[in-house]
Amino acid sequence: MTSPALGATVLFDAPGPRAQLRYRIYTIVFAVVLVGLVAWILKKFNDGGQFESRIFDRLFAGNVWNAIFDGILKTLEAAALGIIAAVVVGFALAMGRLSDHRWVRVPATALVEFFRAVPLLLLIVFIFYFMERVRAFETSTNGLFALVAGLMLYNGAVLAEVFRAGINAVPKGQSEAAYAIGFRKTQVMMVVLVPQAVRFMLPAIISQCVVVLKDTSLGSFVVYPELVRAMKAIATFIGSSLIAYLLCALLFIAMNSVLSLLAQWLHRRMSRSPKVIAVPAEAIEEAARVE
Amino acid sequence: MDVLWEFRKAILEAFGVTVEMTVFAGVIALVFGAFLAALRVGPIPLGRAVGTAYVYTVRNTPLLVIMLLFAFGLPQLGIRPDFTVGDGVLTRWNSFFTFATAALGLYTAAFVCEALRSGINSIPLGQAEAARSVGMTFTQTLRNVILPQAFRAVIQPLASALIAMTKNSSVAAVVGVTEATFQMRKLTNDHQGALFALFIGFALGYMVLVGLIAFVAHTLERRVRVA
Repeated sequence: MTSPALGATVLFDAPGPRAQLRYRIYTIVFAVVLVGLVAWILKKFNDGGQFESRIFDRLFAGNVWNAIFDGILKTLEAAALGIIAAVVVGFALAMGRLSDHRWVRVPATALVEFFRAVPLLLLIVFIFYFMERVRAFETSTNGLFALVAGLMLYNGAVLAEVFRAGINAVPKGQSEAAYAIGFRKTQVMMVVLVPQAVRFMLPAIISQCVVVLKDTSLGSFVVYPELVRAMKAIATFIGSSLIAYLLCALLFIAMNSVLSLLAQWLHRRMSRSPKVIAVPAEAIEEAARVE
Repeated sequence: MDVLWEFRKAILEAFGVTVEMTVFAGVIALVFGAFLAALRVGPIPLGRAVGTAYVYTVRNTPLLVIMLLFAFGLPQLGIRPDFTVGDGVLTRWNSFFTFATAALGLYTAAFVCEALRSGINSIPLGQAEAARSVGMTFTQTLRNVILPQAFRAVIQPLASALIAMTKNSSVAAVVGVTEATFQMRKLTNDHQGALFALFIGFALGYMVLVGLIAFVAHTLERRVRVA
């Protein structure tokens, strides 16, 4: 048996024979409790009539999966618009916070702090009623707009902090060297700092995608017909909120898992060339050849 | 502005519900989160797997779905925790409040767990090795070396989790809990002219709550900081 977490934690040593026996007993006790819990839940489900065939007959009949698919598309649409807008706004706010001019820096900082402190749902409700009042679009479009705008402002503020940290993490010598060879402020930022900082940012942006995807569910409060709202109707149709929302959770977990895998893959790729100084071996060879 | 003053009682009451949710859910999150963290750093492989699975599941599910699952799913199993008593203070502790609070607490527990775990993992291995090599027992190592340092490293991420939870309590509005965001939507719907005043007013209310948590964390951090 491999010793658990050898060197992975500071809390305990690699177990000896007696400790291993103890751990095995704990494992058995834990497993029994766990199996009992699962059995109890299944029994509760069964008693509550959640496994009756009419629920599943309805779930796999008619237009249910069309509605689910439609909801997923609407969710993805809002999430994609939200994250793109958030990246743009986040970049602008980060530039604002890093500005040398007080009159740019102070408002940018205030905006970032405000949108990070206000609950997203409050923001969405406000934007929705604002859109309704100025009669911008029809109601369902207003819902989408309020959702996307809310996601944009909140996640933009969060990403602004990430971007700022990324740019600040680039070694000082980089910008000093750029200034020394006569680059202007904008050039230093755009040509030297931002391209290097992107390395730190990309995984963070994808992690934020998970947050955005989850938060699109709030669109159901402003009558945007995304997945959760679709599931609400399906819950009524199949006669089981429990099954409908469990399925909804599973769908979200599946979508987010894909995103998480992407983030991990990117992170591995990025961390393979740590920091700025570590130039890939091929690039050095390339440079040597040119010489 | 007039609307805010006219409905000050309803608004304060709504924020009262938000505070109640935050406190109850916070206790659930801290206790269950600590338990999950113990599972995740503990020596039982099955426990670690269960802890990891819980955190993964919760982190990838929208809070709203969990709240809906609790508020509309569990009653179908005959679970209906209603604590309303007469028409006193407890009228607002209906089953929706209880479900939303429980969901919020169990959801936040995953983030509390991660905060605690990262705090413990942030302590260099050498600290425990040094403690053991001067002859400290497991308990002494934990109490005198690991936990005091872990506590210091944990305050900020823990505060972030609790602040996020305070803001997330607004999601309960969707399942019909009459907390601050619910009240804001209702008042906005009834008094569209006061749209901006209502938004700024309620936003300030949330900022006060968030600021309070940040302040406590900051004070605590200063107190335990190493010189």
